[in-house]
Amino acid sequence: MSAILIFLAGLASIIIWWMAQQRLTSKPWLESARASDIFPVTRSQIPTVKIGLGVFLAVVGALFTLFISAYFMRMGLQDWWAIPLPGVLWVNTAALVVSSIALEMAKSSAQQNDANAMRIALLASFVTAIGFLAGQLFAWHELVSEGYVLADNPANSFFYLITGMHGLHILGGLLVLSRTTFNVWQGEPPKEARLSIELCAMYWHFMLIVWLVIFALFAGWANDFVDICRQLLT
Amino acid sequence: MVNIPSSINDPIPAAEVEDVELYHPHSWWTTYVFSQDAKVIAIQYSLTAISIGLVALVLSWLMRLQLAFPGVFTFIDADRYYQFITMHGMIMVIYLLTALFLGGFGNYLIPLMLGARDMVFPYANMLSYWIYLLAVLVLVAGFFAPGGPTGAGWTLYPPQAILSGTPGGQDWGIILMLSSLILFIIGFTMGGLNYVVTVLQGRARGMTLMRMPLTIWGIFTATVMALLAFPALFVASVMMLFDRVLGTSFFMPAIVEMGTQLQHGGGSPILFQHLFWFFGHPEVYIVALPAFGIVSDLISVHARKNIFGYRMMVWAMVIIGALSFVVWAHHMYVSGMNPNFGFFFATTTLIIAVPTAIKVYNWVLTLWRGDIHLTIPMLFALGFIVTFVNGGLTGLFLGNVVVDVPLSDTMFVVAHFHMVMGVAPIMVIFGAIYHWYPKITGRMLDETMGRIHFWVTFLGAYLIFFPMHYLGLLGAPRRYYELGESVVNPPSAHDLNIFITMMALTVGAAQVLFLFNAAWSLRHGKDAGGNPWRATTLEWQTPTTPPPHGNFGKELPVVYRWAYDYSVPGAPEDFIPQNEPDPENRSREHAS
Repeated sequence: MSAILIFLAGLASIIIWWMAQQRLTSKPWLESARASDIFPVTRSQIPTVKIGLGVFLAVVGALFTLFISAYFMRMGLQDWWAIPLPGVLWVNTAALVVSSIALEMAKSSAQQNDANAMRIALLASFVTAIGFLAGQLFAWHELVSEGYVLADNPANSFFYLITGMHGLHILGGLLVLSRTTFNVWQGEPPKEARLSIELCAMYWHFMLIVWLVIFALFAGWANDFVDICRQLLT
Repeated sequence: MVNIPSSINDPIPAAEVEDVELYHPHSWWTTYVFSQDAKVIAIQYSLTAISIGLVALVLSWLMRLQLAFPGVFTFIDADRYYQFITMHGMIMVIYLLTALFLGGFGNYLIPLMLGARDMVFPYANMLSYWIYLLAVLVLVAGFFAPGGPTGAGWTLYPPQAILSGTPGGQDWGIILMLSSLILFIIGFTMGGLNYVVTVLQGRARGMTLMRMPLTIWGIFTATVMALLAFPALFVASVMMLFDRVLGTSFFMPAIVEMGTQLQHGGGSPILFQHLFWFFGHPEVYIVALPAFGIVSDLISVHARKNIFGYRMMVWAMVIIGALSFVVWAHHMYVSGMNPNFGFFFATTTLIIAVPTAIKVYNWVLTLWRGDIHLTIPMLFALGFIVTFVNGGLTGLFLGNVVVDVPLSDTMFVVAHFHMVMGVAPIMVIFGAIYHWYPKITGRMLDETMGRIHFWVTFLGAYLIFFPMHYLGLLGAPRRYYELGESVVNPPSAHDLNIFITMMALTVGAAQVLFLFNAAWSLRHGKDAGGNPWRATTLEWQTPTTPPPHGNFGKELPVVYRWAYDYSVPGAPEDFIPQNEPDPENRSREHAS
């Protein structure tokens, strides 16, 4: 369970940082005000939906970290055989990276009010994301045809479970991204599309990080990293 | 979606916050059924939770009847008994308490107490309820599925949860239970995002965090915890569903059942326990923190005195929330884990008693020399304090490994958690209903019926659970369908069991009186007026009662003070509403 505890510790430091700015040491019983007094601004100027997405990503992060925690604990048992990674996963990773970069470009061109570049970048991001999902399905297919089926070994089970869960999250994001892309191609001006593109980009970068972590996990690098940490600690 | 000024570059002028754009329903369906109004959603959540809670109440009667009169009620066989236990526990903890505190009170009180028109994401809020309802229906479907609901115990420990010896293990029971939990968590996450972000972004002008009523602090902290803890249950449920349906071995070790080797092998049941309790322990505080918050407000209002140690109350909640994530393995002392872990988790468990005790002292000190009105909400609040202290003290016993090991799996544990997590939060729920019913309906609940309800429930609950401690110390095991006559079940203990069952039936009957009162007062209750308790918080300052769509008339309230200005010296009345400014000629430090 150390992975989730580290994740929560990171989250706790963000919460503590935020709380430190909220005047939690004030004495509200002494601070009644008159109608003419100046009021502190009580809400953040970051758009509400963005904060909502941020909170949601914290939940998604906890979810994947818990899967990873379970992975590490189960890996310690005797019947574990690491699963060979199909080469196509590298292509998929590249596709997801491109998708993320394209969304970032869409975001900056929306900020610069460049409607054409924004449209093309969004479409590119949408297409590459679909490419990623198709590639993931292909990787599953390859593994199954080589005989690495779900219930054979816990490493296989975790691979299908975690990549499947990640794929579902990408699919959910795609629904939103497709709406944004559609609206933009229908002629929505950059100024209005900006916020939703920013949200998509935020979600996409996060899912990219999640993917890189679980890719490293299945490739075995994460284990080396954990071993190094352990040696450093002892 | 609520439209709050969204451009990062325009700072909000200090004196003006744009009002929100509200979704306005157009038909009967969107007003009362598929409503996006948090108040309607709150009532939908509450009624659903209470209805399913009544099912769980009846299940507890059936269990008690079996324990008191073994063999008399022939339709309760061992399988049914375990199914009753499981469903009773799961429904009460998750589908009643969590849903009612967060979905019910959270939805009703957050926008009203913060001076907001509605939640920030009303559509997701509506979906949250409908997914919750679906989760409840899937859960109930277990009763009608072949093989009945699961009988694995509310903790659903593998491997037994999905073996054929457990009711529902190889039938539909466990599948429906896990699916229902997964749905519940998805639905809750939608609601939870709303509660958190509304507290962050939906507050009225002047409502700083430290001016929020403690009710909101409790619901807010609990929701943050729930958002982070429920994923653990989600992960555990999905993985067990894989083990059961797809034959994987996340949790399932190699097992020979009835002479056949099962296809599973190598899995770790302890892994499930870690995941389950990583959710399960925070869950205790997910239920307790809103209760703490609500009870603070009830005590302050009905003792006409400001809450003692407001800041300390807030900090204690946050600290309890954080600590509750590092105590989970105290539920696993007997699981055979490393003893060093036991030492660590016993220490954290005892540390968490410190902020909790601070809260109890503060409640008592709020009462000290207050102008105590023994109204029904106050009675329930007092009942809560007593019960919670009682259950908390036995928690200190069980938090120590050496005490827990012999007491684990006895009725002592049952008595402990029913006191602390069953009776105590239920006391707050009743107190809160008697307190806010006038706001929700515009009418008071009947006083006489309320008092009878309180005394029977409070005394009855003690008579049920207090003797159970003795049964536990005697060694009477929990989870047993039938004890027969044995060392741990002498005739005197059996008589005690009969007594407990009689009390359980009596307390249950008192709830019928409560339901009748709630229905009867809807029509015939005394007219409540806008602010019958003369309270300071914003929900009592709405222009009409019950509050209209959009909560506050044309203009949103502006907050000038904290929520606890009761009996302020020199003030014309013994309470000053949060939206009433100080007179212009008074200096700001008058209150010091």
